Amino acid sequence: MSVFINKDTKVIVQGITGGTALFHTKQMLEYGTQIVGGVTPKKGGTEVEGVPVFNTVDDAVQETGANASVVYVPAPFAADAIMEAVDAELDLVICITEHIPVMDMVKVKRYMEGKKTRLVGPNCPGVITPEECKIGIMPGYIHKKGHIGVVSRSGTLTYEAVHQLSEQGFGQSTAVGIGGDPVNGTDFIDTLKAFNDDPDTHAVIMIGEIGGTAEEEAAEWVNDNMDKPVVGFIGGATAPPGKRMGHAGAIISGGKGTADEKIRVMNECGIKVAPTPSDMGDTMIEVLKENDLYDKCKTH
Amino acid sequence: MNIHEYQAKEIFRSYNVAVPNSKVAFSVDEAVDAAKELGSSVSVVKAQIHAGGRGNAGGVKIAKNLDEVRDYANDILGKTLVTHQTGPEGKEVKRLLIEEGCDIQNEYYLGLVLDRATSSVVMMGSEEGGTEIEEVAEKTPEKIFKEVIDPVTGLTPFQARRLAFNLNIPDELLGKAVKFMMSLYQLFVEKDCSIAEINPLVTTGDGEVLALDAKLNFDDNALFRHKDIVEFRDLDEEDDKEIEASKHDLSYIALDGNIGCMVNGAGLAMATMDIIKHYGGEPANFLDVGGGATAEKVTEAFKIILSDDSVQGILVNIFGGIMKCDVIAEGVVEATKQVGLEIPLVVRLEGTNVELGKKILDESGLNITSADSMADGAEKIVSLVK
Repeated sequence: MSVFINKDTKVIVQGITGGTALFHTKQMLEYGTQIVGGVTPKKGGTEVEGVPVFNTVDDAVQETGANASVVYVPAPFAADAIMEAVDAELDLVICITEHIPVMDMVKVKRYMEGKKTRLVGPNCPGVITPEECKIGIMPGYIHKKGHIGVVSRSGTLTYEAVHQLSEQGFGQSTAVGIGGDPVNGTDFIDTLKAFNDDPDTHAVIMIGEIGGTAEEEAAEWVNDNMDKPVVGFIGGATAPPGKRMGHAGAIISGGKGTADEKIRVMNECGIKVAPTPSDMGDTMIEVLKENDLYDKCKTH
Repeated sequence: MNIHEYQAKEIFRSYNVAVPNSKVAFSVDEAVDAAKELGSSVSVVKAQIHAGGRGNAGGVKIAKNLDEVRDYANDILGKTLVTHQTGPEGKEVKRLLIEEGCDIQNEYYLGLVLDRATSSVVMMGSEEGGTEIEEVAEKTPEKIFKEVIDPVTGLTPFQARRLAFNLNIPDELLGKAVKFMMSLYQLFVEKDCSIAEINPLVTTGDGEVLALDAKLNFDDNALFRHKDIVEFRDLDEEDDKEIEASKHDLSYIALDGNIGCMVNGAGLAMATMDIIKHYGGEPANFLDVGGGATAEKVTEAFKIILSDDSVQGILVNIFGGIMKCDVIAEGVVEATKQVGLEIPLVVRLEGTNVELGKKILDESGLNITSADSMADGAEKIVSLVK
């Protein structure tokens, strides 16, 4: 088991003929992901990397039976691409694209209300269920199949956590990058719920950063609902207020969204927070031992 | 992106958001001419810098005649204002806004921001005009009223009326207040603002509802569709290194420490700053080289870090996903050759093509300390700069 994606997930790539999309389509195919089609307007009927290209998401879904899409479409057109995928009633849309105007995402969120599609991202590394399906831009080989769920607002910091876990013999059920934008699809709580319901996930690491209050809300949810141990890390303890730290959503404004406050609430809610990013793996191992889950989670 | 108050007020006028008459001045003579043209009995001389708290720092003066305008303009232009938002080094005033005085009856706060929790734009208002909204939120949160705006309908008249009533704006000015709010919302959305803040919004003796101050921030990600806004950019208000970085599409923020960092990914970059601090060092910057960086981009990143005189050592921390370690390594070697590195450099590489990357560094003959983990890298650079 896993969350959101598995070996049966059939994926189309929106914007497949662009340079980044092509590179990652190749990588995803090599990983074993079922990439069944691509979409680029006016390129319908062609083929790239052995994958058929369609003019619209509708066409692609009809011809291939895809149930998920990944969006690499450039920022000015990405919101429209997400809505096209939602309109085609895909189960899952993962948007990798960075720098989408926030007002576009406000509209997308409103558009998605009452629709069935789950959005992950934008501005995220994607989702991977190790050894089954990789959708996004993460380096596949650092991931190992296992029982730790990973959810994060940051791409490279997720790789860091996964690498530490894999190195020490703890595989992952699924790693979900929810993205660094202030308005995004799937949030921490959605992902934690999914991990809580997944019989193959025994513990979760949640990686947050400064800005907003999503971590605090997630911590409260964990305290009230989560049956499995959660370990955390928050990036940006040294970030100055009022400055946007790369991610559009990583900003301390009006005294809100500091790392200290997030860590305080997480600790209060029973989430052990790693003191440094180098300790994410070790903190997880400590918690697994405390909960008698070490052997159950040790995969290699 | 930030703009000046006078620029924000220009945009306000184009959307019929009411503001007092005013003119920008770049010199003392221009200031006096502006006041002459405005012809009001009282003029306000306002320093134009990208920071709040100007009044308390002596950047806003009320002049009762042209001689006073000259004196105040003379006094404020060229002065370095230190406010709670400028940092201790302050900001030099190079532009003034000369504005007609008005007969203030009441002061309010009005703002538009993105509310992350509801993924919507929210209009906020308070009767506590002139006070920092954060302060009001902390001490008397019941005095802040909010309207969550549906992007499909936009701000509706009933919401604007409700907010105006909650703010106790006099009934006879309700129509003007509603029009003000509706126009402001339209501007906010059409120009892709990230913050619009009017503090204070005032009602006047002659029955007007006016924006006495105006602060607008814009969503950088949407600037591609607002060439008119980009023209308002004032490079004098930005850090030189940050300007250089933005030219190369690098995300760089100057900090006060002495250890330069070059990292890929915003989250990892923040975490790298944190771990340097954890081991007793102080980061000199935040620098995310991004996903699709090339050797050239890495070279530019290096040059920017080294252009900061306070940097005494550099930590490169790369987890190669999209970014391959050999590309980073080549960039590091190339940059080091170009700029002639004389300070300690610690490099931690992990991820795609890590062995190739390490080999390039080892064979470069350069004085590079390699690290096996983030902790190892942070410890090494901290001990090397001490």
